Amino acid sequence: MATVVLPRSLVALFPGAPRQLRVDGKTVADVLDSVDREVPGLRNRLCDSRTSLRPHINVFVDGAPAELETIVASDGVVHVIPAVSGG
Amino acid sequence: MGERVTLLVGTRKGAFLVEPDGEPNDGSIRGPLCEGWPIHDMAVDPATGAIVAAGGNEWYGPAVFRSDDRGATWSHSSEGLAYGEDADKITTVWNVTPAHGAIYAGVEPAGLFRSDDGGATWQHVEGLTSHPTRPRWEPGAGGLCLHSIVPHPDDPDRLWVGISAVGTFETRDGGQTWDTRNQGVRADFVPGPPPEFGQCVHKLVMAADGGQHLYQQNHCGVYRSSDGGRQWHEITAGLPSEFGFPMAAHPRDPRTVWTIPLNGADRGRYAPEGSLSVWRTEDGGESWSASGEGLPQRDAFVGVLREAMAVDDRDPVGVYFGTSTGQLYASRDEGRSWRLLADNLPSIWSVEAAVLD
Repeated sequence: MATVVLPRSLVALFPGAPRQLRVDGKTVADVLDSVDREVPGLRNRLCDSRTSLRPHINVFVDGAPAELETIVASDGVVHVIPAVSGG
Repeated sequence: MGERVTLLVGTRKGAFLVEPDGEPNDGSIRGPLCEGWPIHDMAVDPATGAIVAAGGNEWYGPAVFRSDDRGATWSHSSEGLAYGEDADKITTVWNVTPAHGAIYAGVEPAGLFRSDDGGATWQHVEGLTSHPTRPRWEPGAGGLCLHSIVPHPDDPDRLWVGISAVGTFETRDGGQTWDTRNQGVRADFVPGPPPEFGQCVHKLVMAADGGQHLYQQNHCGVYRSSDGGRQWHEITAGLPSEFGFPMAAHPRDPRTVWTIPLNGADRGRYAPEGSLSVWRTEDGGESWSASGEGLPQRDAFVGVLREAMAVDDRDPVGVYFGTSTGQLYASRDEGRSWRLLADNLPSIWSVEAAVLD
């Protein structure tokens, strides 16, 4: 199972949701679908369509920048991190 | 509306609930709510008593928040709030308006969505965005946003919307078909006579007479319609400027509205000469009077945005507005005198007066 680490500002939108969870998935898209089953609605916050992450959402797989189609190893670590922006 | 009014204040950095009858800085401000999201508009759903708050977050996209416990806890959703896989991405929700058991959301880029389950899921009102004029819609300075939603008080199939910089549309069949409603409205930023659409409506409101009288503050003047928007008559004369954003209508008198003129579209968009006043007509716009009593009369280079003025339905009517620099003002005498409720909020984008049961 992959480990997914979510940002505080995202988890705060879903009362009771954990910052870190372990889910199945062969790609980042699969992993986010699995997370969405545990925390309904979370995928909508990270993706603006089935095929793309929102512009200011960064995902890293085992420390490397990733996209939705990036492969995730069975013991991989997926970090979701909001980009530095805003004012 | 009873005696205990709560102001729902949307700001660039979250929603706030303010008790306007308290003293300034006495703890009667709750917030920021909605996790500090930029909130463009708030309302109370009369069907359920829920507070709804609409906005969009730079990282996490558009959403409508909902609280069923007077703001203590919130949920949110954007399920269905999309045009499709390969279509434009919705960035934010500009307006949320409950009506006849449904909730409507106006979004950017401009479009209308409807929820029949209290905001849990949304359906695109495709009739508007499939209007034949859609390929020629152009954004205003604030974006291509559907910012005004005006339901008919009795007929659930009738609805008006305002889009910048496209103008006013009306549907009479529940959103399946729409007609432009811009006749008589200037569009000085394009050459030639006023077009069928392309007017920059800033705020559209309905008078309290069952859907006959509409008013609008436009980029190019202030207007009244006496026939549901089919023909508009300019009522700018008597105001210090044709330019402004907010407008509010009296809850009982269809000839009384308030507006807050700013100095001009190309002059800075702040209170004229730094002197802040709210202007009121009691005769449908034939004449206007100003009141700045209690408002800063010098060095007040503040703006007031389109959704940032509201009225309650008390007698006399309470009038409220917030500035883009975070000051919140209230009048308990229909806009004749004012007092400061809060002066250090984030940039205020919306104000709504409500009774929370």
